[in-house]
Amino acid sequence: MSELPLTRNVRPDRSPTDLAAYEANGGYQGLRRAMAGMSPADCLEVVKDSNLRGRGGAGFPTGMKWSFVPMENVSPGHKYLICNADEMEPGTFKDRMLLECDPHQLIEGMILAAYTIGADVAYIFIRAEYLKAARLLREAIAEAKIRNYLGHDILGSGYSLAMHVHASAGRYICGEETALISSLEGKRANPRAKPPFPQVSGLWGRPTIVNNVETLCNIPHIIERGPEWFASLGRGDDAGTKLFGVSGRVNNPGCWEMPMGTTIREILEDKAGGMVAGYGLKGFLPGGGSTDFLVEEHLDLPMEYETIGKAGSRMGTGTMIVLDDKTCPVGFVKNLIEFFAQESCGFCTPCRDGLPWNAQVLDDIEEGRGTPEDLDTLEQHISYIGAIGNTHCALAPGAMEPLQSALKYFREDFQRHIDGGACPYREAH
Amino acid sequence: MSEQIHSLPADAMVLSDAEIAEIDAEIAHAPYRAAVAIDALKIIQAHRRWVSDECLEALAAYLEMPPAELEGIATFYNLIFRRPVGENVILVCNSVTCWIKGCEGIGAAVSQHLGIEPGETTADGRFTLLPITCLGACDRAPVMMVGEQKFEDVTVERIPAILDHGEGATPG
Amino acid sequence: MPVIKVDGKDYEVAEGGNLLESCLGLGLDLPYFCWHPAMGSIGACRQCAVVQYQNEEDTRGRIVMACMTPVTDGAIFDLSGERASGFRQTVVESLMVDHPHDCPVCAEGGECHLQDMTVMTGHRDRHYRGTKKTYRNQYLGPLIHHEMNRCITCYRCTRFYRDYAGGTDLAALAAHDHVYFGRHREGTLESPFAGNLVEVCPTGVFTDKSLVHDYTRKWDLQSAPSVCTSCGVGCNTLPGERYGRLKRIHNRYNPAVNGYFLCDRGRFGGTHVNAESRIDFPAQRDSEGRFQALTDEACARALRDRLQGKRLAGIGSPRAGAEANLLLQRLVGAENYASGMADDEHALMQRALAHLVNSTAHNPSLREIESADAVLLLGEDLTHTAARTALALRQAVRNEAHRLAEELRLAPWQDAAIRNLAQDRRSPLHVVCAGSTDLDDIAAGHYRLVAADQARLASDIAAIIRGEARSDGAAARIAADLLAAERPLVLSGPGAGSAALLDGAAAIAEALVAAGKAAMLSFTAAECNSMGQALLCRDSHIALAALASTDAEVLIILENDLLRRLPMASVEALRARIPTWIGIDCLENDTLARCDLVLPAAAFTETEATYINQEGRAQRAFPTHPPAEARRPAWRWLLDLARAAGDRTLSGIGHFDDIGVTLAGEDPLLQGIASAAPDHSFRSRGLKIPRQPHRYSGRTAMRADVSVHEPRQTDDADSALAFSMEGSATTDRPGALLSYVWSPGWNSNQSLHKFQSEIGGALRGEGSGLRLLDSLAVAAATPAPLPEAFSRREQEWLLQARHHLFGSDELSRLGSGIEALTGRAAIYLHPEDASRLGLEAGDGAVIAGAALEVRLDPSQVPGSAGFSTGYPETLALRSGEWVNIDVASDWQRQPELIGSDRGAAS
Ligand SMILES: Cc1cc2nc3c(=O)[nH]c(=O)nc-3n(C[C@H](O)[C@H](O)[C@H](O)COP(=O)(O)O)c2cc1C
Ligand code: SF4
Ligand code: FES
Repeated sequence: MSELPLTRNVRPDRSPTDLAAYEANGGYQGLRRAMAGMSPADCLEVVKDSNLRGRGGAGFPTGMKWSFVPMENVSPGHKYLICNADEMEPGTFKDRMLLECDPHQLIEGMILAAYTIGADVAYIFIRAEYLKAARLLREAIAEAKIRNYLGHDILGSGYSLAMHVHASAGRYICGEETALISSLEGKRANPRAKPPFPQVSGLWGRPTIVNNVETLCNIPHIIERGPEWFASLGRGDDAGTKLFGVSGRVNNPGCWEMPMGTTIREILEDKAGGMVAGYGLKGFLPGGGSTDFLVEEHLDLPMEYETIGKAGSRMGTGTMIVLDDKTCPVGFVKNLIEFFAQESCGFCTPCRDGLPWNAQVLDDIEEGRGTPEDLDTLEQHISYIGAIGNTHCALAPGAMEPLQSALKYFREDFQRHIDGGACPYREAH
Repeated sequence: MSEQIHSLPADAMVLSDAEIAEIDAEIAHAPYRAAVAIDALKIIQAHRRWVSDECLEALAAYLEMPPAELEGIATFYNLIFRRPVGENVILVCNSVTCWIKGCEGIGAAVSQHLGIEPGETTADGRFTLLPITCLGACDRAPVMMVGEQKFEDVTVERIPAILDHGEGATPG
Repeated sequence: MPVIKVDGKDYEVAEGGNLLESCLGLGLDLPYFCWHPAMGSIGACRQCAVVQYQNEEDTRGRIVMACMTPVTDGAIFDLSGERASGFRQTVVESLMVDHPHDCPVCAEGGECHLQDMTVMTGHRDRHYRGTKKTYRNQYLGPLIHHEMNRCITCYRCTRFYRDYAGGTDLAALAAHDHVYFGRHREGTLESPFAGNLVEVCPTGVFTDKSLVHDYTRKWDLQSAPSVCTSCGVGCNTLPGERYGRLKRIHNRYNPAVNGYFLCDRGRFGGTHVNAESRIDFPAQRDSEGRFQALTDEACARALRDRLQGKRLAGIGSPRAGAEANLLLQRLVGAENYASGMADDEHALMQRALAHLVNSTAHNPSLREIESADAVLLLGEDLTHTAARTALALRQAVRNEAHRLAEELRLAPWQDAAIRNLAQDRRSPLHVVCAGSTDLDDIAAGHYRLVAADQARLASDIAAIIRGEARSDGAAARIAADLLAAERPLVLSGPGAGSAALLDGAAAIAEALVAAGKAAMLSFTAAECNSMGQALLCRDSHIALAALASTDAEVLIILENDLLRRLPMASVEALRARIPTWIGIDCLENDTLARCDLVLPAAAFTETEATYINQEGRAQRAFPTHPPAEARRPAWRWLLDLARAAGDRTLSGIGHFDDIGVTLAGEDPLLQGIASAAPDHSFRSRGLKIPRQPHRYSGRTAMRADVSVHEPRQTDDADSALAFSMEGSATTDRPGALLSYVWSPGWNSNQSLHKFQSEIGGALRGEGSGLRLLDSLAVAAATPAPLPEAFSRREQEWLLQARHHLFGSDELSRLGSGIEALTGRAAIYLHPEDASRLGLEAGDGAVIAGAALEVRLDPSQVPGSAGFSTGYPETLALRSGEWVNIDVASDWQRQPELIGSDRGAAS
């Protein structure tokens, strides 16, 4: 089996790895290497060459993102690195594992990222309910400080970094990077218009990078082992490994690190153990609650950004939600839309007022009150809300992805609800 | 609560020494006082379970920010409670995987066991039941939290044991 | 200039703008909600969507928000195609999902931007089947009514209230489709600019409470271009009238002055014209001292009897128009004419005028004040003496943000982005005042000094800038900030009562110019025509104090309550000295009560007049409606007086414009006043300009309870406006004749862009008043001696006036709703001083016979006492006097009402 750097310290019982154990297993070697002789520009070059793409959902190349941070001629003041540990998208549970099992890996990655972009303050923005993870992170930061991995003049390099944990007060929109910045400033978490991008005007108006937990956890390994090694981890075009998860009616739901380019079938069947007896696979969201359905015919596709994109969905967070053949697709989609409607920040019209409208239509259909025109309304809303740019941020377009693809693949299920005046899945249960 | 309560005449300062100390620790690394608004609301809530009007106004004064703005922040976030809650807040995940795995039944079972609807608090003040979005443990759905404890692979049958004895808890 | 393609047609547009403002500027109808010309773009409502194509080959294009899209050369847009208009239609339909169908009972109906946009997008049929949400409304005070169900969540209210005007007690609460705009608990909105919410809100969430309670639709309002008479800034207004009552005041756009916004004194104070104490008929005091109404004939006779062959003296008024004052001055002779300001204020205004005219620093318009990149404010609590200027300073401090934005090449309309970038970085504003001010929240520094020390500080700053002195204190910090700026502004005024302070302000500005800065110097003026009076009396005038030794037999008092200008004893002495007093005014007051003959003046909404604001800008106001009963414009009464007195020159004057023709001669001041607006012969496309919109209804029935015969509409021979709906209301009519803003499909005030040559720019018909000071010569002021530094006394307190937006002004304090906000006149003490005196907050204190409520203010300079100036109780108190303070016996404390009580009470 190929190497699995991200989870090498994850134990079967998911007990946390402390500093000693982390160091004993080669931890902080990447940091030592960088502090001993790599300039920020060197680090940036390595990360760029690695072709690491963001693991937070959008898959933006990490090195390129960092390169937008002004390094010279920047007016005096702080620069910030923020780790996005908000993980609130339905069906997503990968960052929790990294946070709870190996906090030092994240901290090392953050120090390296902060060093590369010249940040002097770093924050971990963690969702409210991840109490254990937040506690472990605070402990780990304290440990790292004692060993001078953090704080003043890190390992004698002259570089200093402060790191803080900020626990959220709950709101999915906080995961959107500009909303996260608003929230970290102590404000309502309304997303911000881009441009300007956070790289030039982020937290408190200063240059800021926001990266996902998993993205940052890759950094120590990339710095330590180099871009070629990282590229070699992937099976196809995409570099590195990825945490893949499966939830729903499968035999062995869970989350595993596997090479980029692993096929969906391997993940669903070999790791997740296939469908629970008596349930068939109807479809699945490949990368969390805001990705489009894929179906049986896609099972042999490799999990790669381009490939999944071409198939009409998105890699997203890489955590799949499985829809079985005894669960109502209308109810499934309604549950998601209700989530997104409730989690809208309330800033822009299509999202704030359009999503609840869709939820109401889906409720009518699910409860047998649907009309044929309702499908037109849903279609209309898909083009109204569903495109990036139609709304102020990506929440609402994401919200429409499951609905749009459900109408594509499971249209007759909607039709049966309307024709029969009831949910056909209710009796089946 | 044994903490000493400040009573400054000007701002009706109702925050306790312990709360002030924790808030000050946050302020120490913030660029301005109001920047810690969310942390401070959570600190107050950790001490008192919820944020009363009186606390909100006192906190606004302490953070040198308008109470309306602090209210805008407090009411934006799901987990800042502006009404009293019980000793233990029960959060039952109602997002998609838990829904597939029957969270509606779990919620109903909690309701029935405690005799309260979602949003309500038991008469003895021990429990408040709230729905919550995905708790990030979908591989162990259905999931719920009681206070700081997390419960995974919950079944309707386990509800009494969970609520009465915290059986099967893992840290949140 | 970039060329963009919209719907297949090429248009040249202004550089640096966004597509929405470019489209509106081109006359294309594109709906929007959250964008506001003065507040920029945030992209919240998504209503202004269009399709943008990458290039000619691109056939798919993508939806973009016009308000967030910069216009770049060659950009291609589809505005009216199916995709763009379909998107916009769905946006409106989403907004209407929860919007009540209460237009018939909504105060906004008929001038509702939401109605207009709904019609414009073509949304008609409702598809949503769910129920509508309902909200609980809040009591927001006596001025503004709250109806949250109508909210469409465009965020304009909080963006104006908080971001633009610095208010702190209105916020967006809750999230998703529960967002609620309100206070954290019920109570009066605290911002002095809250009234703008009425116009900023695109629907009926925030409405004018006095209008709601005395309601008329916009299309049934008669209105005319007017000028606010509540302070010296001279904001342009549009009063609306029906049934002879002033129903409301809206902003009238003037790009150089008030732009889009008014203060609440101006917006709500005007309804004093509806007061019970209005005078309707001329009256003469009978032998028993009672007033008896006079018929027209009897009045004419009485005037002849009293005036013929008599020696006359006159007291003018800084709250009356220039023409009436001019007529009075000519009638009695300049040497027998007093400006009507208190003598000390008159001297200060003369000094301010002399400085403005002679300084090499620029005397800025309000718009130019917004461009200052460093400000020194000397001696004025500006929010209370010239509120609209304070709002301008709130924009000026944002110039640092705009500078930062420029570094990142962010367009100035990128409002949220710029605020996020700049956070609390501001251009420096230094406030020097006797106590705390309502601009302290944005001040880089505030310095609490009594007037004498303010003047000394100003003198130090000037010396440092000139390089003649050094210090490492406040003066040096302020000087450094001013010197670091490109367009520093020094702003002062008569509020502190110090001549040396005005000299200091002028000296600083002069020194800044010498240091190569594009420095600006500005002074406030207390009343709407204070500067006009300073100008009119620039060569010759008699002091009020000197009147007591004239040999005049008749004193004519124009719109002036002398008790506000003179100590009671002086008024009594004057009364004893001059046998006949004739008073012209609109509301009962203690001066009229002392007159022998009282003439009922038209109020500011009933007369034509030119007012000269603090900048020296002459602006013409027109009557909104003809005066009722026997009320007549003051200038008409004065012509009658002239006729009665046998004045040949003045007797020849027939109508308003003749005043200028007859009297202006070679005087550039009078020529300027006369040409402040087009004269009565002006015609638009051959027609007069209507005051009533074309939908004005019920004209035949309005007075049916009195008579079923429709009266003939009053002719307006004095102006180019007509008291009717007939005429030509083109969008390019002169700005000075903008009687209402309306354009097909744009029933709300948002139609304004149809009248502008570019968004936020000049009006298509030009005309924003006439600046007079640039072309006048006035003798330089002799420097005032620098006062001694303040040192406190053991048993006496130095009085320092405090101005209150609601209360200090004579007439606006009677506006409906405002009476409830003036509160009691107060004395402000440093807490330690108060405890020395044995006083607590809310107690009563007696000063020079007046019982005042004690308020504690740590910012009050110890040894000094602030007092609410302009209140009936405090007319005897003068800034700069030393007084004793005693505890008031049998003082009733004010009970504190909680919000819901007040709600119930209103
Ligand atoms: C509504 C919404 C929620 C998001 N939530 C998260 C989240 O919880 N965690 C995360 O890492 N990224 C989340 N993102 C993506 C972030 O905006 C951002 O792209 C990401 O943190 C960047 O990190 P990466 O470049 O390392 O992927 C969310 C985006 C949207 C639109
Ligand atoms: S957000 Fe834009 S999109 Fe909306 S009006 Fe407001 S103006 Fe436009
Ligand atoms: S999620 Fe709030 S506007 Fe997009």
